[in-house]
Amino acid sequence: MGMTMMEKILARKAGVDHVSAGDTVVCDVDMTVMIDLQFATGWVQPLKINDPDKVAVIMDHAVPAPNVHDAVGGTHARTFARDFHIDKFYDVGRHGICHQVIAENGLARPGEILACTDSHTCAGGAYNTAARGLGPAEVYSILCTGKTWFQAAPTIRYEFTGTKPNSVSGKDIFLYIAGTYGDATNHNLEYGGPGLASIPMNDRRTIATQGAEISADFSTFPIDDLARDFLAAHGAAPGSYTAADPDPDAAYAAVRTVDLSSLEPYVARPGTVSHNSLPVSAIEKRPVNQCFIGSCANGQLEDLKIAADIVRGRTVAPGVRLLITPASQEVYKDAMRAGYLQDLADAGAVVTNSTCGACFGYHMGLLAPGEVCLTSSTRNFTGRMGSPDAEIYMASPATVAASALTGHVTDPRGEHS
Amino acid sequence: MDTLITGRVWVVGDSVTTDAMYPAFAMKLPVSEAARHIFYELRPGWTDEVETGDIVVAGRNFGLGSSRPVAALFRELGIAALIAEEFNSLFLRNCINHGLPALTVPGASAAFTDGDTARLDFAEGWAENTRSGTRLDAGALPPLVLDILANGGILPKLAREGYIPAPAARGH
Repeated sequence: MGMTMMEKILARKAGVDHVSAGDTVVCDVDMTVMIDLQFATGWVQPLKINDPDKVAVIMDHAVPAPNVHDAVGGTHARTFARDFHIDKFYDVGRHGICHQVIAENGLARPGEILACTDSHTCAGGAYNTAARGLGPAEVYSILCTGKTWFQAAPTIRYEFTGTKPNSVSGKDIFLYIAGTYGDATNHNLEYGGPGLASIPMNDRRTIATQGAEISADFSTFPIDDLARDFLAAHGAAPGSYTAADPDPDAAYAAVRTVDLSSLEPYVARPGTVSHNSLPVSAIEKRPVNQCFIGSCANGQLEDLKIAADIVRGRTVAPGVRLLITPASQEVYKDAMRAGYLQDLADAGAVVTNSTCGACFGYHMGLLAPGEVCLTSSTRNFTGRMGSPDAEIYMASPATVAASALTGHVTDPRGEHS
Repeated sequence: MDTLITGRVWVVGDSVTTDAMYPAFAMKLPVSEAARHIFYELRPGWTDEVETGDIVVAGRNFGLGSSRPVAALFRELGIAALIAEEFNSLFLRNCINHGLPALTVPGASAAFTDGDTARLDFAEGWAENTRSGTRLDAGALPPLVLDILANGGILPKLAREGYIPAPAARGH
């Protein structure tokens, strides 16, 4: 029996010939990414680590420090990076949401394993990396030993057919999948098929990132021409990695076909994305108080361009706050050079520093009881972005931007400037 | 290692998220204070009623969400073990790595109600309700996982292996 993408990577990194669902293996980890939060609570500097070249430290969740607790975490991170000669240290000023920084710097490489202290690490699956979020204790352990264990989960494969319409983004594809098929707890997700060529890299990353919201273990994409070009432009030359393609006779828990040409923009209602989304044309035109475009899922340059194209020359509706968080300092600078930030601010948006802050309700942009938010970020859990008595709807950057202009949930297909 | 655990049960539902157990505002607090906010919205006041040795029984997809170490908060409250119909894998790993036994027990939601007493053996892979006598099979934990639990979690293991100062392992 052949292997899925994930089984191949796990087998390779465990030094065994074959892995199938249910097997437990101990694997070498190629890249360990630590984030600022890890240094803020209960941090103890290790006595020795496995390999400083296989470690990156990225400041993202609470920067610039919103309180003394996190400021002290920053001190710990800087001391650690200095003492252990961590070259890949992305401190405030070079910072960004870790999954964006990972992508920009080619830290997630095809066929390799990446571990990071954030649940959206599955984002790296867009580059054919076995990337997943692990708790701070486990990431600390990998930092020290260079290894961890995995129990291979059964894999669900999504086969894309048709061509993605321009009005449909990775977020819409994900919300369709989550809304139609629900949770994938204790399963891996594998994407592919002839339609994949019409899904650009930023949208693939959105889809891979949000595997976390349907409780999947790993989400992986194959390496095609688009991915190869992206990686080459971000420090991973084609000859420097071995991608993992699934075998034709790999065993899947399910194979589901998605005809991209039939999709339209989707919106998830509050609480969960699982069996909880509707086409934007079918959902209630709910008035909104706050609209948010940002996060590891949708703070990419392409997302900011889409938002800028919609709001350019227009004005955010009275009573609505539109918050924009570029996914990294690099995205911030690129969006500034391209004029997107100017367009967004001129329309009445607030452009924030790059951070996870508003997405996880830790600092900036919190919601009051009774408020309604439409977000393009990662989670619509109750209480996620502030008061548990606020409601969080989720949609693509285009739908969020269009809704900010009208003041209610709006189909973006009628709102392009 | 003693793998048999008996304790009073608290039952919660399906898809209880990490945000419901370790809300963002609690992440700014020391673990001892953050632990007072588990289920802050789901079951207000629960942390005043819970006692050392109690067991939490959950439904499907338990612990969906973040990598934030909810298990450290449960241990702070003295929770002895978690039982669920199904765990999110990141959450399950966090439990093991913090030395908190977490057992997947299909049928657990229907078999337990608040105040029952659960008895379980996480090495043998079963759980029972001592009031009703219902005994359920559980997925046994792999030897590698039992080894982490036997060490009291992954940090004490690292301390034993010389990666961190020994007293520090308790601080996590």
